[in-house]
Amino acid sequence: MNYKLPLVITFCAGLLMILAEFIPHRPFGSISANIEIWFLIITGFAIILGQISLLKMNIIKVVYKLPNWKYHLATIISFSVMFLVGILYGMQKQPGLLGHGEWLSSALGDKPFDYIFANIYQHLMAAMFSILAFYIASAAYRAFIARTLDSTLLLSVSIIVMLGNTSFGTSLTAGLPQAIKFLHLPNLSSFIMDFPNTAGQRAILIGAGIGIIGSSLRIILGIERSWLGGK
Amino acid sequence: MTEFWTQFGIWIGALCTLAIWSFLYKDNPFYKIAEQIFVGISAAYWFVYTIYNILIPNFFEKIFTDFSANWLLLIPGVLGMMMVLRIFPKLDFLGKYPLALMVGTTAGLGIIMYLKTDVLSQVVSAMVNPFTGGTVLAVLGAFILIVGTLSGLVYFFFSKKHEGFTGGVARLGIIFLMISFGASFGYTAMARISLLIGRLQFLLGDWLGILGN
Repeated sequence: MNYKLPLVITFCAGLLMILAEFIPHRPFGSISANIEIWFLIITGFAIILGQISLLKMNIIKVVYKLPNWKYHLATIISFSVMFLVGILYGMQKQPGLLGHGEWLSSALGDKPFDYIFANIYQHLMAAMFSILAFYIASAAYRAFIARTLDSTLLLSVSIIVMLGNTSFGTSLTAGLPQAIKFLHLPNLSSFIMDFPNTAGQRAILIGAGIGIIGSSLRIILGIERSWLGGK
Repeated sequence: MTEFWTQFGIWIGALCTLAIWSFLYKDNPFYKIAEQIFVGISAAYWFVYTIYNILIPNFFEKIFTDFSANWLLLIPGVLGMMMVLRIFPKLDFLGKYPLALMVGTTAGLGIIMYLKTDVLSQVVSAMVNPFTGGTVLAVLGAFILIVGTLSGLVYFFFSKKHEGFTGGVARLGIIFLMISFGASFGYTAMARISLLIGRLQFLLGDWLGILGN
């Protein structure tokens, strides 16, 4: 019983979604539309569960003074401040428990939640992803040293695509005669993107699509049940 | 007053950027604090975003404004609460039922969605007449598309050992996949570099005022 009811729910929900696609009549259409809204609501609660769980882990680390607990205090403080201003004064056009917080908004130039989002969150995110540029460069140097045909191909294509999308790349091959305009870096880059790249992506999409369909069928039929935990 | 807070925001943004970039030298307390602040703000942002943009319009507003027409929404509401109760280890088992509905719905929708978009539409797009392109390059490109797609699929076909003719075709498939990965890598690297340029523009322009508008 512990596992049977969840498996029955999974089977019915999955089957309903598939049937609704092939039988566009009542009650299947309306049932599937309702289940999609149900799914959205449960997903919302699941996201909240994730955030509460994160907060709980950080609180545990601070309370028991585990290694680096001081840094986790920063997580708790930043979470609490962002959460409180969001709940009290709302975000964007949504009012919070205390309304829109006009006096704060007029001073900050934005709602407190949106102010923190624009002045801290966005900067941290952009900086975090921008340092990847350095690591991508060093990883590429190590990984793409042209030892085999495959790595040479990967390296050459990535260089052509990068150069083909910059004005520097365009100027490099600007002097080539019209007769061989195919070899102009922007043209070469666009040919690679339109044909060999599309062919590779298409093979990956079809292969992955078939794989996902197979896995989904296994889940609906109860063959794959690792999501329930245990064996 | 607003001018002060605008400048304050720029300073905070610049300090956050520098704290994150300090990791390029080595792991240090400034980076760790910035990283943890990022985690905290990010989690709270999605928490609040979910409440205002998912739960209020789809659940609470409907329940409180027109209960008789929306009472069925109490079912996902209760299931959602059961999901949240997973936070207590003793009530962990309650989370299986909403999870079952989510997994089943995702699997059912996934079959239809991937069948349509990733399999059928891609197969239809691959079935082109290569001779209708007009130019030599277009004909060559169409042939590359057909051969590349088929050979790539052969590489992903594991029910037959990759040797002999199958092995040769699978090898060709790898070449097309490598070209594809190279192109994706190029675009990813460019996206990261453009972010880096954006950061430099912010630091040198908005913060230090060295760059002109």
